[in-house]
Amino acid sequence: MAKTASNDSSIKRSTRRWAWLFMGPVISAFCIGFVWPFFQGIYLSFCKFRLTSDATFIGVDNYQAALTDASFQHSFWYTALTAVVSLVLINILAFTVAYVLTQKIKGANLFRTVFFMPNLIGGIVLGYIWSMIFDGILAAYSTSILLETSYGFWGLIILLCWQQIGYMMIIYIAGLQAVPEDMLEAAKIDGASKWQTLFRVIIPNVMPSITICMFLSLTNGFKLFDQNLALTGGLPYIIQADGSTINTTEMLALNIYNTFYTAGAGSRGVAQAKAVVFFLLVAGLGLAQLAYTRRREVQQ
Amino acid sequence: MANNKSSLISEKRTKALLTLVLTIVSIIYVLPVVAVVVNSFKRNTFVKTETFALPSEQSYAGFDNFIKGMTFGNYPFSSSVLYSVIITVLSTSLILIFCSMAAWYIARVNSKFCKIVYFLCVFSMVVPFQMVMFTLSKTADSLKLNTPWTIPIVYLGFGAGLAIFMFVGFVKSIPLEIEEAAAIDGCGPIRTFFSVVLPMLKPTLISVGILEIMWVWNDYLLPVLVLDVNEYRTIPIHIQYLKGSYGTVDLGATMALILLSIIPVIVFYLAAQKHIIKGVAAGAVKG
Repeated sequence: MAKTASNDSSIKRSTRRWAWLFMGPVISAFCIGFVWPFFQGIYLSFCKFRLTSDATFIGVDNYQAALTDASFQHSFWYTALTAVVSLVLINILAFTVAYVLTQKIKGANLFRTVFFMPNLIGGIVLGYIWSMIFDGILAAYSTSILLETSYGFWGLIILLCWQQIGYMMIIYIAGLQAVPEDMLEAAKIDGASKWQTLFRVIIPNVMPSITICMFLSLTNGFKLFDQNLALTGGLPYIIQADGSTINTTEMLALNIYNTFYTAGAGSRGVAQAKAVVFFLLVAGLGLAQLAYTRRREVQQ
Repeated sequence: MANNKSSLISEKRTKALLTLVLTIVSIIYVLPVVAVVVNSFKRNTFVKTETFALPSEQSYAGFDNFIKGMTFGNYPFSSSVLYSVIITVLSTSLILIFCSMAAWYIARVNSKFCKIVYFLCVFSMVVPFQMVMFTLSKTADSLKLNTPWTIPIVYLGFGAGLAIFMFVGFVKSIPLEIEEAAAIDGCGPIRTFFSVVLPMLKPTLISVGILEIMWVWNDYLLPVLVLDVNEYRTIPIHIQYLKGSYGTVDLGATMALILLSIIPVIVFYLAAQKHIIKGVAAGAVKG
């Protein structure tokens, strides 16, 4: 026992000598690509700046401006609605497909291949494929997806379902295949109906998969950018009484992007403050939901 | 007994019905891609008016859209493909090599410093890109990381979190005895890692590799902010700029380019489907 312990620590000691080689590259890149930009971002959210070099500290003004910005508030509610509606639809449909595909259906592998395929296509390309399709349909009524907020909303929901059902389906299939066979057998012998088996045996058993999928689709919805930019780019817009405009299908990430890069360099402090709020929201939501579903798992 | 038989028949019927429904849904599922193929052979004006019709004698454009698309938007499409390939290959290789090394070190040495790095990595997975995009692009600019040959360093930095998280999870499941035996046989840490640990990491290397390829290949916002877009465009940037910078867009040519850009993805998918699905399922633990 003592021998392995000393052996173990001697391996550790000789490994430590090479820390610069094993850790050096990742740590330097991680500082450039994450740590420094992250902390600088937090600092700049309290500053007025055009470039990162001309920052002057102004306190919480940026946050005040960000939180009272009507377009930011609108994009928050629009994002929340999109995330929740897509979460519900994607998960119900993905679970249904996964459940059917695990019933020893002929050609299950082929169906799985087809349903997963859209997941590999990038967000920008997806957006343009669907904008062509929706405009092709709406052209018959001489309108366009860019002209009506509700078209843009449901268009994005359809796009997200097409893209993500296959992904969630894969996770649900893995969960469903892990349900113990003897439990299903026992349910059958006890005379449980298909629905009873589904709700009393299968769903409690795949709760971990449900946790992951809900968590993923919620954060995916909140972080959505490429698809939003390519499908509608936030259009149509409305002009408010004070002259400012609101892009009615603009989600949070796109709103932050536009505040940074299209609203003029003067609003960059506000944009960075919005980004910090956005970060707190995404991180907080993720953690809250994870904690909640974990607790339910334990109870069952 | 009779009851059992009839229930068996009804079960068979249900399954046949389900297969039929799934077949119809599958056909609907691939229709958008079919629409891209069909419309890439149509003249521009017909894409909007006859989106769902097959090319007629009037609307058929042959390969004109593809030829036009090659230089469309005053930027050669072939350069975009080249840059996308360079960036994806370099970034994925860097991430696989350096993150597996760091993850092994973190899992085995497990000092306080390692724990801090690991915590930061996990933390970085819940941070949306918008939080760092402005400061990151400025930092990358000032360090000259704005070319296809240097941007992989930015990808290594921003993508390290997930890769290290996945590698550490796997390294912890490898029994320590194998490495101890290697040490007794006179292997130093470097040889132990490269000739003993790395081969065992192969399944995770494939999973992480696929996740990174899919991320970098399709990524739009990071390269558009970091690269000098007049000189370097990846495929997603190219396609976005077709529509972004011109009032009237040639939809036929756009569809031709979209088709060209999704063909390699679909070929890759069909060739490595098993690994891709496994990799994606393994990456689902991320936030």
